[in-house]
Amino acid sequence: MSTQKKFEELNDVNSMPYDILREVGNIGAGNATTALSQLIHAKVDMTVPKVELLNFPELSDIVGSAEKTVVGILLNLSGDIGGMMMFMIDYSAARHLVNQLLGDEYSSNAEYFSEMDLSALKEIGNIISGAYLSALSSLTGLKIIESIPYMAIDMAGAILSVPAIAFGELGDKALLIESEFNEIDYSVNGFFILIPTEESYGKILSSLGM
Amino acid sequence: MIRVGMADLNICMSPDAITTLGLGSCVGIVLYDTTLKLAGLAHIMLPDSTQIRSNSNVAKFADTGIDALVQLMEKNGAKKSRLIAKIAGGAQMFKFSSENSMLCVGKRNIEATKIKLESLGIRIIAEDTGDSYGRTIEFYPETGELLIKTVGKTEKII
Repeated sequence: MSTQKKFEELNDVNSMPYDILREVGNIGAGNATTALSQLIHAKVDMTVPKVELLNFPELSDIVGSAEKTVVGILLNLSGDIGGMMMFMIDYSAARHLVNQLLGDEYSSNAEYFSEMDLSALKEIGNIISGAYLSALSSLTGLKIIESIPYMAIDMAGAILSVPAIAFGELGDKALLIESEFNEIDYSVNGFFILIPTEESYGKILSSLGM
Repeated sequence: MIRVGMADLNICMSPDAITTLGLGSCVGIVLYDTTLKLAGLAHIMLPDSTQIRSNSNVAKFADTGIDALVQLMEKNGAKKSRLIAKIAGGAQMFKFSSENSMLCVGKRNIEATKIKLESLGIRIIAEDTGDSYGRTIEFYPETGELLIKTVGKTEKII
């Protein structure tokens, strides 16, 4: 017997749902960080995930400034869980990741990404988002179908407006489970952001016995 | 510089200026009373409040957001008949393969904005809309200029 679960209960950071979501973020991002680490043959650390219930005007603040240029890779989620998964990294960090992946022969310091760079970036996004989502799926026993990865290189605010709008139809707040990761040597900073719908939020908690 | 966030609106009087950062599919609507040098800026996210269940924040929608901005400006002495508009934004940030209307919200935001402004008799004298990139806009009531900044392109004034 489960009652309708609402985002509002997350306003209490000491609540059980809050802890559970943080653990969901931990497991998802942990798996994704391992995948990233293997992909670029480098040690990658991650921070303890943050669970936040944000109003739209605050959304772009999570990555610093709304004007900062970032690479955003977005996957639409369907199946048992609806929502979006976003993988976001700084422009310069993206350059470093691509060079690591393609090796010395193809690495470049160019200011713009070539077609091959873009394709490699998308693949990085795809692999690590997939790692995040498969961990989430095994943990909850819920089926998650992910779309192909969509990529944009632009201002953080403009990119984050996409999930904001998608959830703006449903409410005035968005639930974000963010994990930040760092590659030790180059401090490649990035974020995984899982944005489930309110309905999926309830499903995730129920599947974990809440 | 007065800053307007997402799903927010505000007004600004010369010599101050007003800005909103990182417009993606959202539309930034500047209304300007040339006589008072009073400007208003709304950063709307969605086209139509009547289609949405949770519509308490009027600044979130083109229809109610523009109404609210006009009212706020009138309260501060502006005359609706004197207002002109400049709009920017409404991009499609990701090249989604499907024609899902939810994902083409930029285009719908521009359309709804234009329809609303027309119904109020407010003329759009300049726009920089559509395409696939984000925009930061700054409006200067002193000159009536709208500065548009983008990533990797030169700034422009409309």
